[in-house]
Amino acid sequence: MDYPLFEYTMHLADDSLIMGHRLSEWTGHGPMLEQDIAISNIALDLIGQSRNFFQYAAALKGSPATEDTLVYLRDAHEFRNLLITEIPNGDWSKTILKLFLFSSYHYFLYQKLIYSYDKQLAAIAEKSLKELSYHVRWSSEWVVRLGDGTKESNRRITLALEEVWPYTGEMFVIADFEKDCRYKNISVDLPEIQEDWQEKVKGVFEEATLSYPDKNIWMHQGGKTGIHTEHLGYILAEMQFLQRAYPGCEW
Amino acid sequence: MEKVTKNITAEDIWKIMEEVYDPEIPVLSVTDLGIIRDIKIINKQVEIVITPTYSGCPAMDFIATNIRMALLQTGFENIKITRQLSPAWTTDWMSEKGKEKLQAYGIAPPVGKSFDKAYLDDLKVECPLCHSINTKLISQFGSTACKALYQCNDCKEPFDYFKCH
Repeated sequence: MDYPLFEYTMHLADDSLIMGHRLSEWTGHGPMLEQDIAISNIALDLIGQSRNFFQYAAALKGSPATEDTLVYLRDAHEFRNLLITEIPNGDWSKTILKLFLFSSYHYFLYQKLIYSYDKQLAAIAEKSLKELSYHVRWSSEWVVRLGDGTKESNRRITLALEEVWPYTGEMFVIADFEKDCRYKNISVDLPEIQEDWQEKVKGVFEEATLSYPDKNIWMHQGGKTGIHTEHLGYILAEMQFLQRAYPGCEW
Repeated sequence: MEKVTKNITAEDIWKIMEEVYDPEIPVLSVTDLGIIRDIKIINKQVEIVITPTYSGCPAMDFIATNIRMALLQTGFENIKITRQLSPAWTTDWMSEKGKEKLQAYGIAPPVGKSFDKAYLDDLKVECPLCHSINTKLISQFGSTACKALYQCNDCKEPFDYFKCH
């Protein structure tokens, strides 16, 4: 098995799965019906995308791995998702801001991933790209609405920015498996998309009357190497409960 | 049930596929939607290549089962269903007949071509009920992944729009 390729695939899969799972917590709790439907749709897109990656990862690993064993029978240290995907939703403004910062990264990443020398990763990215363009658009509109909205909405999203921003640096930190995949033109060159991401974020923040944070802010990292926040364990406890309680159950 | 003869062609299978409907939008067949990419018959095995409309479309597993059922009922036993992601499905693959059926069903069909930037900006969606184009977007996300929510400013009815994608 090509281990770096497997790990890179799992990293892409885990990002979408954990972000999708987090967003799905809003289902039935959205601030209004249309937005409840919107965020549930985004969660569905992400979980669908992660399934495509997990199916591929399972094929790379070979039997008895399946998409289900990869999702339900791994423990926290084996997950390769970015920390920004696992931190709690907080209020609507924090969820929106997290989604906007992540979706913009996700979009630029896949825009390059469609040229990956690995045909299946390229195909999954191609399939996902238009869905991601909707995520960026929807979350950008909300950042502007909250930032340039009322005093209270601005206060909340400004607070959210302080909390979430330190989780953005990790997006552009290159993990070993990415370096290995880079030689074969499989993975995306992260510094190449960093500038696009910054431009996009600056543009939306400007419209939202939010200040772009200082570049010397200390950044968290560890997700891609399996060092997670305590929050991932709680997500897994809920997500994996059924398979842990009834091993091998299917329906 | 009549047994399948040797002379079955891919064209016959395409005919059968016209009768397999989308569970979410039951007026559209899988051929109207354009999600069947290829049909191959090799040594009595029928292979159907399908592509998902959206990555997370929960109807896909159901559609694959319905395709298998339709073929089993016609007497085929050796069936293979392959999922292919690339090239990615777009609404351009939806048949004209399919778009008419959508309209008649009360869902506004996709306007324009996918990746034409205008589809997100100055889009004029016709109300499927009173045919006014004086309509407004309520939400880019609707009751299923493939639809957006609109409202007609004239007849005031809310309606679904099958997003150009």
